[in-house]
Amino acid sequence: MRRFAHNLAATAAIAGVAGYLLAAAAHGAAAGERIALVAAKFTFSQPEIRLKKGRPVTIALTSPDFMHGFSVPDFNVRADVVPGKAVEVTFTPDRSGRFAFLCDNFCGEGHDHMSGFLIVTDD
Amino acid sequence: MDEQRYSRRDFMQMAGVGGLVFASGLPGCATYGQSRPDFNFIQLSDIHWGYDNPKVNPDSKGTLRKAIATVNNLEQPPDFIVFTGDLTQTTDDPKVRRQRLREFRDMAAELKAPKVLFFAGEHDASLDRGEAYQEIIGGPLYYTFDHKGVHFIVLDNISDPAPILGAKQIEWLKTDLARQQPDAPIVVLTHRPLFSLYPQWDWATRDGMAAIDLLMPYKNVAVFYGHIHHEHHHMTGHIAHHAAQSLMFPLSPVGTAPQKTQLPWDAAQPYKGLGYRTVQATAAGTPQRMQELPVKA
Ligand SMILES: [Cu+2]
Ligand SMILES: [Fe+2]
Repeated sequence: MRRFAHNLAATAAIAGVAGYLLAAAAHGAAAGERIALVAAKFTFSQPEIRLKKGRPVTIALTSPDFMHGFSVPDFNVRADVVPGKAVEVTFTPDRSGRFAFLCDNFCGEGHDHMSGFLIVTDD
Repeated sequence: MDEQRYSRRDFMQMAGVGGLVFASGLPGCATYGQSRPDFNFIQLSDIHWGYDNPKVNPDSKGTLRKAIATVNNLEQPPDFIVFTGDLTQTTDDPKVRRQRLREFRDMAAELKAPKVLFFAGEHDASLDRGEAYQEIIGGPLYYTFDHKGVHFIVLDNISDPAPILGAKQIEWLKTDLARQQPDAPIVVLTHRPLFSLYPQWDWATRDGMAAIDLLMPYKNVAVFYGHIHHEHHHMTGHIAHHAAQSLMFPLSPVGTAPQKTQLPWDAAQPYKGLGYRTVQATAAGTPQRMQELPVKA
């Protein structure tokens, strides 16, 4: 499954980000949830992301402008979001609740407010 | 009066832990500990010069000046003053960044103290890896100095866009500590907390534990930092970590707000939550005592 995801990312680099997101959406049905998230100065494209407890999720991250970070300290998840590259993090939320995610690379004037929440609910 | 309330609480919290005793200096109680303080220094933090939000601080241009005036009139002048980062409010414009740093530097020059030391916060240095800061304030981003038998170590966890010290600096710290005796009094000054206070709000240093691990064998270590804009005390083993207040805007402590929140100005209690700190240090390493001082209207 992981190898497939990597191949997918490699394909995406050629096909471009739009193609990648379509492929990612199609792939989602088989491998648990897949969510596309854009990190751009100074917001994430989704301020709240709804997830199910115990269900694996892959967040496919892109940035147009800066190497932002994507960090969910409560689930020990983080990645650098390198512009022009498709970056993925896969994890399984093991608790329900409201958990902050944030950009943890200082990106400019609006950095301090570049954050959102994962809302994890029981199935 | 606030500081007296803090002092007892903090003293109770700290007294039983490790070799260091911390208590706010109660007026008329200058020799609370066994040894007399050998010197005091002042910690000023998070000035955020250039910040502009009158709902949070309608006196954004005057707060630092008031603090400087108070410090210049202290009965017991400090041996030195140290600014622990975020001298300026961040800006994406390198020209404005330099302008703010210059204005800050000129105001800080009004301090009457034998020595005034600086280091940067992420607002000053993260967007250009400390270039403007070094150009205008000068000096290295991390360094050591000794004062009356106390070894001071300034650590930089802000000049990389990521909240890290980095392998090179950790190696440098290791080399510096190797020259110290196990009972040497060591004071670490840094901007972000070295321990993971609350990474959800960027209140952590990703590789800070590496520094704490290196400091662990030393018996008399205390860390003074800023960044979180309120008074906070925490122990990692026998090492005490003390966060100072800001001189521009207070931030909500963890657990008191759903998100990191700049606390609004309270007209009934102007300058509430803003202030600075005096620290009494001894060459023997212990005890050290602190006092949180408010900004006076
Ligand atoms: Cu960011
Ligand atoms: Fe700050």
